[in-house]
Amino acid sequence: MTKERKPKNVFKEGAISSEFIAESIAKHQSKTSIGAHNIFLGQVRADDIDGKTVSAIEYTAFEGMASAKFHEIREATFSKFNLTCMHIYHSLGSVKTGEICLFVFVSSPRRKEVFKALEYVVEEIKAKVPVYGKEIFEDSTHQWKVNS
Amino acid sequence: MQLQIKYFGLLAEITHCDEETIEFSKSQVSELLEELYLKYPSLKQKDFKVAQNHEIVSTDSNITNPEIALLPPFSGG
Repeated sequence: MTKERKPKNVFKEGAISSEFIAESIAKHQSKTSIGAHNIFLGQVRADDIDGKTVSAIEYTAFEGMASAKFHEIREATFSKFNLTCMHIYHSLGSVKTGEICLFVFVSSPRRKEVFKALEYVVEEIKAKVPVYGKEIFEDSTHQWKVNS
Repeated sequence: MQLQIKYFGLLAEITHCDEETIEFSKSQVSELLEELYLKYPSLKQKDFKVAQNHEIVSTDSNITNPEIALLPPFSGG
């Protein structure tokens, strides 16, 4: 039986704090059917491009379509893998180098499911969700990030 | 009909706006793009896809929704 799941709000303004991540983990202590968690944290990298260093990424999104795509990815992931729960958070606005911009958290009774599911979710987000990263350099110039 | 065109990322820098309303009398996405290329010639060199109803559509699709988005390659995460 598939449960109806409502679209969740994935976007958070600014960086995702380590406190928020820790609290998310702690909240799962009451879900005792879970035997394995897996977490992906995307961190803003200080890339060197033509002698200039990235100091932050400013994220924007086509929010309506992005929310629809996040929801589709959630549904597809629950149908492919035996997961107890899944959480996705993505930053909007400015995130400095070293800070977290993407937090994906999957939980299951068994470890093998969470290894496969996490990779699937992250790759689907990169490929299908209309989010844009503007890389801001230390001299305030910018370029538009391209996912590799 | 009146279309609301949304531009994202690099494309919004070319058009100098995030969205605009235009009057469109033809039917296909490709015909809309021809009109936009006349207005913004440098759009033609850019890599982007067109979305309608929150889905990517091909250029030979008919326009059925007044909201059309031009989406450069995604760079989330």
